[in-house]
Amino acid sequence: MEGSKCSVTLSVNGTSYTREVEARLLLVHFLRDELGLTGTHVGCDTSQCGACTVLLDRKAVKSCTVLAVQADGCEVTTIEGLGRIDKLHPLQEGFWEKHGLQCGFCTPGVIMTAAGLLDENPHPTEEEIREGLEGVICRCTGYQNIVRAIQYAADRTHQAEPEPVVEVAASAPTGAQDSLRQEGEDA
Amino acid sequence: MSTVFGQVVKRREDPRFITGRGQYTDDVQLPGMLYAAILRSPHAHARIVSLDVEGAKRVPGVVAIYTGRDLAEPMGTVPTAWIPPESSLKTPPHHALAVDKVRYVGDGVAMVVADSRYAARDALDLISVQYEVLPAVVNQVEAMRDGAPVLHEEAPDNVAFHWQIGNVTDEVFNQAEVVVRHTIRQQRLVPNPMEPRASVAQYNPATGELTVWVTSQNPHIHRFILSGILGIPEHRLRVVATDVGGGFGAKIAVYPDEALVAFAAMDLGRPVKWTEDRREHFLATTHGRDHVEELELAGTRDGRIQAIRVRAYANMGAYLSTAAPGVPTILFGLIVPGPYTIPYVGVDVYGVFTNTTPTDAYRGAGRPEATYLLERMVDLYAREIRMDPVEVRRRNLIPADEFPYHTPTGLEYDSGNYHLALSRALDMADYDGFRRKQQELRAQGRHVGVGVTTYVEICGLGPSQVAGAVGFQGGLWESSTVRVHPTGKVTVFTGSSPHGQGEETTFAQIVADKLGVPVEDVEVVHGDTARISMGWGTYGSRTTPVAGSALAVALDRVLEKARRIAAHMLEVSTEDVECADGQFYAKGAPSRSVSFQDVALQAHMAWNLPQGVEPSLEAQAFYDPANFTYSFGTHICMVEVDTDTGDVRIDRYIAVDDCGRVINPMIAEGQVHGGIVQGIGQALWEGAVYDEQGQLVTGTLMDYAMPKARFFPNFETAFTETPSPHNPLGVKGIGETGTIAATPTVVNAVLDALAPFGVREIQMPLTPERVWRSIQEGGQRS
Repeated sequence: MEGSKCSVTLSVNGTSYTREVEARLLLVHFLRDELGLTGTHVGCDTSQCGACTVLLDRKAVKSCTVLAVQADGCEVTTIEGLGRIDKLHPLQEGFWEKHGLQCGFCTPGVIMTAAGLLDENPHPTEEEIREGLEGVICRCTGYQNIVRAIQYAADRTHQAEPEPVVEVAASAPTGAQDSLRQEGEDA
Repeated sequence: MSTVFGQVVKRREDPRFITGRGQYTDDVQLPGMLYAAILRSPHAHARIVSLDVEGAKRVPGVVAIYTGRDLAEPMGTVPTAWIPPESSLKTPPHHALAVDKVRYVGDGVAMVVADSRYAARDALDLISVQYEVLPAVVNQVEAMRDGAPVLHEEAPDNVAFHWQIGNVTDEVFNQAEVVVRHTIRQQRLVPNPMEPRASVAQYNPATGELTVWVTSQNPHIHRFILSGILGIPEHRLRVVATDVGGGFGAKIAVYPDEALVAFAAMDLGRPVKWTEDRREHFLATTHGRDHVEELELAGTRDGRIQAIRVRAYANMGAYLSTAAPGVPTILFGLIVPGPYTIPYVGVDVYGVFTNTTPTDAYRGAGRPEATYLLERMVDLYAREIRMDPVEVRRRNLIPADEFPYHTPTGLEYDSGNYHLALSRALDMADYDGFRRKQQELRAQGRHVGVGVTTYVEICGLGPSQVAGAVGFQGGLWESSTVRVHPTGKVTVFTGSSPHGQGEETTFAQIVADKLGVPVEDVEVVHGDTARISMGWGTYGSRTTPVAGSALAVALDRVLEKARRIAAHMLEVSTEDVECADGQFYAKGAPSRSVSFQDVALQAHMAWNLPQGVEPSLEAQAFYDPANFTYSFGTHICMVEVDTDTGDVRIDRYIAVDDCGRVINPMIAEGQVHGGIVQGIGQALWEGAVYDEQGQLVTGTLMDYAMPKARFFPNFETAFTETPSPHNPLGVKGIGETGTIAATPTVVNAVLDALAPFGVREIQMPLTPERVWRSIQEGGQRS
């Protein structure tokens, strides 16, 4: 039932937001309904599908299984903050180049999952990529082109090193992208 | 002409999706919007004795609560839109919310509208319903027995319809050298597009205009049917389904839910949103398949199939969904003879009401069921006559010189080269080499197997005259408008409603190919009844052959007018104008030319048009195809079975498909990949299970096994191209082939691997436990 409100402060895609929210509010609803960042999707209610995956302090997490209050003080990166249309993240490029999406609904979560995967393992084998996708479900692509897309991004990132995998949109209104990058590296 | 047709072009829809800027229905946010939640029956069959909403009304934020009794008068019932002829179809009323009785777990009982998602859910918990639980029946064969619980008084034997087709007689079977008999159960599946169903409705009482955003594969069908349920005229009703996160058949149907949301928006004068959660998807979105089939095949000792006879019991669930009666009849029965020259066919189908979620189209819709039973029977027949299953197929495939080919079920296959696809796939697979290796591995105690499917698919639904003849309550033509702007940029409005299939790109390729403009200059608009005059939607692998052809016809009209204007500008006669790469030339004088953009500008300026030519450059076409079109191909799978654990590993998967001319090989391949995975999902993992009381025990993604990335090797795909002779692009459909072919291919491969154990049948899904048990039982069960 409706409870008392709590104050939370989150940095989302480099911008700091403070909101009064119900303690039970899910992070995904905070992002979608409070901030209007509808790129993060809800595909299930049991943490299987991964459509809601975002980076929380640089780790890929399912935002349907995190309360907004648990993310208090954290840095969140959503698909909107990963890259922008004129400067796509290598994963976004890879998904476009390799036809890694069809209906596009699972795509933001799959891309964020892959970002987490490549952050931990920048040069995954095909098998490691397929294992790394265990937490997401795509009903359209049959996964093969998702694997190719992630391989493409890994190759591109490898060529472009030492650029970090997680890149914050340059359009973020504050200078917070630098702090995210630093904190991410510290983590 | 440009060569963009047939080339890989990166998808034009992707930039918005990879940056999180798509707009799916649940992304729609409107000022003052309310949220709806629907209370669903926890019982499979029960009378509603009393319903108390007072406690729920006191939840802060609750604005309104509606029950079945509240809405029975003001709202119409939810109809089915497919009435197969001579089938004695029963259409008991399907109220948007149950009035006196619930008939499946998930049947809507009440709707709460509140100012937040959370408040609406809170209130559901406080609605008090007293039920008198009735006996339930979930199995369609049991539901037909005397004394079974009756769902609807209009169908006292629970039979929703009985439909037959064919020319087979008992005599054919009595005289046959070989008769194979078998019973197959094709399990129930949950479509599970990753985007749950959702609807947002906004009503303007001053204008009487209602806008409904809905997760739909066919917004104009939604408008047509919602208009009837709500009693709102079509010209006051706008249905929008721009970005839809997959459908697989589940978003064809018009459900009670979107009608309820629209009713509430009109009643309350505020926008209302409803989004199902995944558990609701499992309970209240249509399921697919669920057949029990009694099968007989008659053939000769030398491998000629003479007859196939099918008696199918199709589980329709508790109510008849929008397209449901057409799926196990027209889309199933007519294609039972498949790609073979089988002279005698008999199909007898009972559609049966049970206390389960209604079924309807699921990717392939009827055609996977037909292909599965046929390909399983061909393998059993091959085993019976001790002939290689590929050789049996070779002896029965329709030869390339027999097209157009007429089946005993009344279909006319337009074109095909079935042997070519088969031989290409066998080469890719090194089939003979595999058979030799299989012997060696068996000697080492390893159990590998190969499955081969040759299939043909009805696609490109379809001529409207046929739609009428088979009882579909709509047309099956398609519309296209091509609007050329003054600068030569082009907007296409299509009546089909793609939701992942990539037509924003492939249709732009068709335009670029015809008009010689860059793909980037073309915008494809779909999924909005206010912007598109009419259309019948995306299903039945019809978008490319039907809507693509409508586009081709409209483009020809644009081109014809442009040519007249160009001739006028070049001061030559229209016959003397040639067109290539976006330029119009005077014949024999290629230095004298005007560009398509020049012509577009002059068409709009209209300062000096030829006599009798109207200003502007826009054309519309309403294209009704001459016939269905028939994609086909061969799929081959190689598996290894771990006989200690029953685990099946897919080692290789080869797909050779023929969808006529391929517009964009990357997109076509992607359709095949996705289809294969869904088909293998049915073969190995997926299955909706009800207990005896009608509880869905596989009600979440924790209990229903969806295919994951690590289950698969890379698929090896190829295309042969046999154009359809009767549409202007020579195209066929590719969206469903993988699903149709993959299921029998994998099951046949597993049964081939287990042949030394005498295993003849394992019921899908072939889970490790079922495979292991069948090995232990050594084929004693059949």
